[in-house]
Amino acid sequence: MKDNAIIKVRGLKKSFGDNNVLKGIDMDIHEGEVVVIIGPSGSGKSTFLRSLNLLETPTAGSITVGEDEITAAKANVDVLRRKMGMVFQQFNLFPHMSVLRNMTIAPEKLLKVPADSAKKQALELLERVGLLDKADSYPNQLSGGQKQRVAIVRALCMNPQIMLFDEPTSALDPEMVGEVLEVMQNLANDGMTMVVVTHEMGFAREVADRVLFMDEGHIIEEGTPSEVFDAPRSDRLKSFLAKVL
Amino acid sequence: MEQLFGKILSAVSGAFEGLVQTFINDFIVENRWRYLVNGLGVTIKVALLSAIFGIILGAIVAVIRSSHDKTGKLKFLNLLCKIYTTVIRGTPIVLQLMIIYFIVFGSVKIDKSLVAIIAFSINSGAYVSEIIRSGIMSVDNGQLEAGRSLGFGFVQTMWYVIIPQAIKNVLPALANEFITLLKETSVVGYIALEDLTRGGDIIRSITFDAFMPLIAVALIYLGMVCLLSAGVARLERRLRASER
Repeated sequence: MKDNAIIKVRGLKKSFGDNNVLKGIDMDIHEGEVVVIIGPSGSGKSTFLRSLNLLETPTAGSITVGEDEITAAKANVDVLRRKMGMVFQQFNLFPHMSVLRNMTIAPEKLLKVPADSAKKQALELLERVGLLDKADSYPNQLSGGQKQRVAIVRALCMNPQIMLFDEPTSALDPEMVGEVLEVMQNLANDGMTMVVVTHEMGFAREVADRVLFMDEGHIIEEGTPSEVFDAPRSDRLKSFLAKVL
Repeated sequence: MEQLFGKILSAVSGAFEGLVQTFINDFIVENRWRYLVNGLGVTIKVALLSAIFGIILGAIVAVIRSSHDKTGKLKFLNLLCKIYTTVIRGTPIVLQLMIIYFIVFGSVKIDKSLVAIIAFSINSGAYVSEIIRSGIMSVDNGQLEAGRSLGFGFVQTMWYVIIPQAIKNVLPALANEFITLLKETSVVGYIALEDLTRGGDIIRSITFDAFMPLIAVALIYLGMVCLLSAGVARLERRLRASER
């Protein structure tokens, strides 16, 4: 295991009112690592992922990305978020902008990338995911799988160090899951650091360096895919796997 | 038979000549049409600038109020905005206009059309803010999260992502507000600003003919509103087209 932790999470807790969703998470994510988080719904896995770029504000604990403690009061959240791309279950493309504009607006406005080089980068990324012909389309003209591929390359336009995926294939028709997973797999092969919440056990087994099983706000088990899938230790993971596999 | 026909003809032509005579007296003599043209200019200026400032003011208030609703922050500003909308929506525009002219600027010499623009901007902003706020609330929260996760700040996300969608959603309601605004500017006569309505009324008081000047003024308002509606309908089609 590489020792260069890019994200360090210590004692992370999150409650919504009386509902304790995360009950103390400690973990490191290393550079270039693909971490897949699995677990039943309501286990806190999405909340944990959303805490990593502070879409949820932790109740307690700390998160450090690179050198910066992003949970510190004086942290500049907007700048830190630029290093982390996020892909949502519901795509969340901007419907009033063309595909190209969806991809270029953030680099242009935030990184001050000149319009022509932002466009060039966006078109290259679109070509890589096979959507070059959709550059001038609007999101509502795309299929779910196409939308999600655009959402992934939109995040990549900011040249993030880490990509977060929040159930990226859960809102897709089954025949479109493959094309999105393929893009993610290519990204992993290119060495991107990725944290993925998913129900796609096949993807977890093939692509993950490490699999985390969460339940009721705790990380119950973690290990390589073969450790987690072939030799589960806890009863909860065993019964979860029995249901999903 | 021929006699009867001749009588009808002369009566009609007599009535017509009378109408022409009134028309000339109302609008042509001493270039009285200028009251309408100059008044129309004032009406358009006040309505247009108030609409622009109103939408800016309304958008700011809407952003403050909805960010308070979403995050619980900005308590004090939110309270100010609430007081603003309550007071403005709770009192007649004529009164607001007179208060600003006779009390706020009572001791200063100030251009009346500027006073009217200030009063109508403040008034319109209160209504527009509620319209835009409902538009902001109608945009899915995922849009805000997507903007923020790309690194945009709250205000930037509002400006680039949320407000364009919000305005598209509430365009019919906004158009309605601007139609109302255009017609409501007709009360600026209360501070003796000579707008379109006042222009027609001045002609009436000179010629003692009420019919032609007032109907003419009404037709001009109607024409402007029809143009405005047609323009908004076109804009709406264009904005929708980008989504299909």
